[in-house]
Amino acid sequence: MALKKKAKKSAPNKNGAKKTVKKIPAQSPEKSLQASLIELIKNTSAVLPDDVQKVILEALAREEKNTTAEYAMNIIKANIDLAKKKSQPLCQDTGTVLFYISHPAGFDQNKLTKEIQKAVIKATELGYLRQNSVDSLTGENSGKNIGPGHPSIHFHQHNKKSLQIKLMLKGGGCENVGAQYSLPYTPLDAGRDLDGVRKVILDAVHKAQGKGCGPGVLGVCIGGDRGAGYIESKEQLLRRVDDKNTHKELAALEAEIVVTANKLGIGPMGFGGKTTLLGCKISALNRLPASFFVSISYMCWAYRRQGVELGAHNEIKKWLY
Amino acid sequence: MKKLTYPFTHEQVRDLKVGDMVLISGKLFTGRDAVHKRLHDGVKPPVDLTNQIIYHCGPVILQDKKTKKYQVTAAGPTTSIREEPYQADVMKDYGIVGVIGKGGMGPKTLAGCKEYGCVYFHAVGGAAQVLAEKIDSVDAVHWLDLGSPEAIWELSVTDFPVVVTMDAHGNSLHAKVESASADILKTEMGKH
Repeated sequence: MALKKKAKKSAPNKNGAKKTVKKIPAQSPEKSLQASLIELIKNTSAVLPDDVQKVILEALAREEKNTTAEYAMNIIKANIDLAKKKSQPLCQDTGTVLFYISHPAGFDQNKLTKEIQKAVIKATELGYLRQNSVDSLTGENSGKNIGPGHPSIHFHQHNKKSLQIKLMLKGGGCENVGAQYSLPYTPLDAGRDLDGVRKVILDAVHKAQGKGCGPGVLGVCIGGDRGAGYIESKEQLLRRVDDKNTHKELAALEAEIVVTANKLGIGPMGFGGKTTLLGCKISALNRLPASFFVSISYMCWAYRRQGVELGAHNEIKKWLY
Repeated sequence: MKKLTYPFTHEQVRDLKVGDMVLISGKLFTGRDAVHKRLHDGVKPPVDLTNQIIYHCGPVILQDKKTKKYQVTAAGPTTSIREEPYQADVMKDYGIVGVIGKGGMGPKTLAGCKEYGCVYFHAVGGAAQVLAEKIDSVDAVHWLDLGSPEAIWELSVTDFPVVVTMDAHGNSLHAKVESASADILKTEMGKH
């Protein structure tokens, strides 16, 4: 999948003496960055990462034959294969375009922001992204996916020299079933402890029914303020489905939520069936003594996230998922 | 597997029951939030919707720069519940026979289905490629001023796969699953 890039060697000069061989990239770093970003957007939109595909196939195998649940899972499987083959969006709702950047110290964030915006406009023209950004006051759709808050870009400095760009496309259907609870939450008798957290997460799964295009994956943040909680809950979705939480109690809660949610029988698309959740990822932020939020982001089965590490000439050096 | 073929009639859809897996062939008209609001506000539809099916969908459409022809590159259903305030009235006022969407709809629409002989078909959410493959042609576009995803796209489809989740007899799979899962949830909540 990595972009091919050949360094040209400078030609020998007229008198035959060789000049110092200097590697020059085939295209400018800006062009190379554009190509890498477009490739990242295309792949994220069209190809589900392997860890997600694996749990979807397992869910298909679990459903009973000749049920609407199995029918739905078979269509989902066919869709995954077809989108990959055609390099076209898995889902027409190409979602909120969320970039997560890890960069070394002294990095020019403004420059990358401009390049990302340029790539998003191009990817929209090419049909990898739908014209999906609307002015909240006028309802006008510029057709470019650019505007206040769009695309959403999160910068993090890391201690490495490399530049890593992760991308998540999160559709509106699943975003709409996300939820934030403030504990204690009396309707469920949910207190300020892990059992209270468990109750509100399960409640959110029940309230979502099939509306978030299940079977889905939950990203959950315990604590934080309202804003930080939601941001962190989304960042939990950057974890691989098959990873294990290093926090023992949270690892146990993650596993238990999936098992219990699947007992609810909501099933694929809410048709009824054995798989309601494919995974659950939970982390905790500190909170104020007065606040105890549980923020839940629901990701649909069309769990589009990918990432790249760029090389010295902005070529794609490595795919991260 | 049942088949539903154009021209559609209210009699045909009254025969359908919750849980039926159906392949639809014929015409579909996309219509989502802005279209429903505009219809509900009393603006006359640009096409006769009598005996037609409305598809809750905002497709990805590309237009060939030379030929000006439209091509659908992705066309899955969008969440239907947002049209709950309008859907039953649109059934009554414009004589549609059915709606395709995802996530199901509420009691007002269910009552509308019964009263006006309509069904709610559930397509698989997110399956934009499989569903786009079933579209043979884009025949027209109306109300493009609403923006491409919100416009009315007139589509011809063959064997478009859906499941009946709300029928014309007052049955809703969504209501059933919601209530059954609520009972289990209650038990599970008490376990810790």
